[in-house]
Amino acid sequence: MTTEMTSRIFASVPDAEGRFGVYGGKFVAETLMSALSELEALYRKLSQDAEFQRELDEDLAHYVGRPSPLYEARRWSDRVGGARIYLKREDLNHTGAHKVNNTVGQALLAKHMGKRRVIAETGAGQHGVATATIAARLGLECHVFMGEEDVRRQALNVYRMKLLGATVVPVTSGSRTLKDAMNEAMRDWVTNVDDTFYVIGTVAGPHPYPMLVRDFQCVIGREARAQSLARTGRLPDALVACVGGGSNAIGLFHPFLEDEAVAMYGVEAGGHGVASGEHAAPLSAGTPGILHGNRTYLMQDEDGQIMHTHSVSAGLDYPGVGPEHSWLKDIGRVNYVTINDDEALRAFHDLTRTEGIMPALESAHALAYAEKLAATMTPEQHIIINLSGRGDKDIHTVADIDGTDF
Amino acid sequence: MSKIAGRFQQLAAQGRKALIPYIVAGDPEMALTVPLMHALVAAGADIIELGVPFSDPMSEGPVIQKAHERALANGARLRDALDMVQTFRERDADTPVLLMGYANPVEHMGYGVFADRAAEAGVDGLLTVDIPPEEVAGVNAELHRVGMDNIFLVAPTTPSARIKAIVDQASGFIYYVALKGVTGAGNLDAADVARHLALIREHTTLPLAVGFGIKDAASARLVGASADGVVVGSALVACVARAASEGVDHEGLVRAASALVAEIRAGLDSIASR
Repeated sequence: MTTEMTSRIFASVPDAEGRFGVYGGKFVAETLMSALSELEALYRKLSQDAEFQRELDEDLAHYVGRPSPLYEARRWSDRVGGARIYLKREDLNHTGAHKVNNTVGQALLAKHMGKRRVIAETGAGQHGVATATIAARLGLECHVFMGEEDVRRQALNVYRMKLLGATVVPVTSGSRTLKDAMNEAMRDWVTNVDDTFYVIGTVAGPHPYPMLVRDFQCVIGREARAQSLARTGRLPDALVACVGGGSNAIGLFHPFLEDEAVAMYGVEAGGHGVASGEHAAPLSAGTPGILHGNRTYLMQDEDGQIMHTHSVSAGLDYPGVGPEHSWLKDIGRVNYVTINDDEALRAFHDLTRTEGIMPALESAHALAYAEKLAATMTPEQHIIINLSGRGDKDIHTVADIDGTDF
Repeated sequence: MSKIAGRFQQLAAQGRKALIPYIVAGDPEMALTVPLMHALVAAGADIIELGVPFSDPMSEGPVIQKAHERALANGARLRDALDMVQTFRERDADTPVLLMGYANPVEHMGYGVFADRAAEAGVDGLLTVDIPPEEVAGVNAELHRVGMDNIFLVAPTTPSARIKAIVDQASGFIYYVALKGVTGAGNLDAADVARHLALIREHTTLPLAVGFGIKDAASARLVGASADGVVVGSALVACVARAASEGVDHEGLVRAASALVAEIRAGLDSIASR
């Protein structure tokens, strides 16, 4: 395959129907179809609009605090051995994770559409906080749907959202985690579609969401690519990012897709181990199906029912994944791997102690895989890890596992 | 002509409206679904809409969500729903049966396998909430191969151009969603429904049934005045759930469901006789 052909493939998705190969699409109830068309038309127009881009860049620079640094983790690299490791510091963004890159973008869309109310689903609470934050800034009413189980394990973020003026709605149906929060957000949207903008937090959901969330998150990879060239005079040899729905991963990977020499690793939550069945790794152990408006790899049983998932990290605890990742897996451009709970926890402590950077448990999955990968590489080679969020929100989870009471 | 189209034609000739009750396969117990289907027919149902349990019923309000959860806990899956229709057909060859559910269980079984098994079981139509006309080509080809109807939703938010695209793919009847919201919501506006039905009629001669928010004889009568049929879901599912939670025996539970359907039947027939 020539480079020119390759680049045309990556630029050609999604197609007009929102498909990435056989994945993606718009599988939602009829009531939402015209809202999706309206959003798509507006987005296609605004994404070509210089004034909109200027507004977005302004927010990213002065509100989010971009660009985020590309930090060489020297001590940790020395300790791990092998390749040199750089961290893309999305944890330093306002609100502490990559999620805000997307919410400032979608909030601008909501403003252009004249919506007075925004809703969001959240797992770890980072997307909920990022949505509540931008809603506070724009004076929009904000409702965040969160599984009851996640409300319990992410109490800090729940309180942050309340302080920001959002209403947090605990979801008690199904498995009481992220997928059920998304069901409930869809139900709210279908009921209040006239005045409500649904701020989806990941590259999943019906078209155009996987496309527009990707576009808003691509700032991560664009910066990382330029920073790598400026700092080291060349591109990295490998990229590593965790994958729940997959927004931080697609944001880092996408601007490098045409760079054939750059290897990419998407790290799914292995939970208690893929063999145990208690995990959240649809790309590694699932099959294609339809959920939450798109066709993608899912964790499902032999009857097409969606299975319960497990991960120590609430943000990865989701049975589906963005459709573009499904496509990138099938065409072989990205390698999808798993890291178990205990490995992620070990990496959480390692990075905290050697670099003074406390990662989110989601990002710790990427760190743990990069440790294994670096050991197989040479000191002349570089890895960029997306450090997608900071770990403050996970302190209670880590303390519980360590048996510490504070 | 399909059994569903035939039933609407027959009702129209009699000046009557179709009554389409919805229950979830396997709720509240596996063994009750087929007896309930027969009882609904005896109480005046014209078409049975059988819900296929799904783990993530995104368009359902709390009442039907819980019914899906109960049915799944009882072990009910798509293949059980098909078995139930097959058993129902042993005693009722005439009443059209429609499966209503979500894309994934059907997709996972495979559109072709589903079509064959559904046709063999005696299913007459399929309504998947989350397969809009843009995504329907694959499943429609298989349904048409076995002569099965695909029922589509039209919503209050559907613009005129989309109505045309939808009715071009549809057969049997059109299911008009009476309100913006999930099943079982309460804000039904009969005048608004009548306006939308008139709009849909500009594009199709297919019969129009209305669902979402119809809970008793009065609301059925209001909506039935402008529609060719009404779907009653949450009210019936709630009636069955209430009886089950009160520990009523099978016979009493079936009686309670029949009484509600008979009451709505009388409400609908009072339009026809006017």
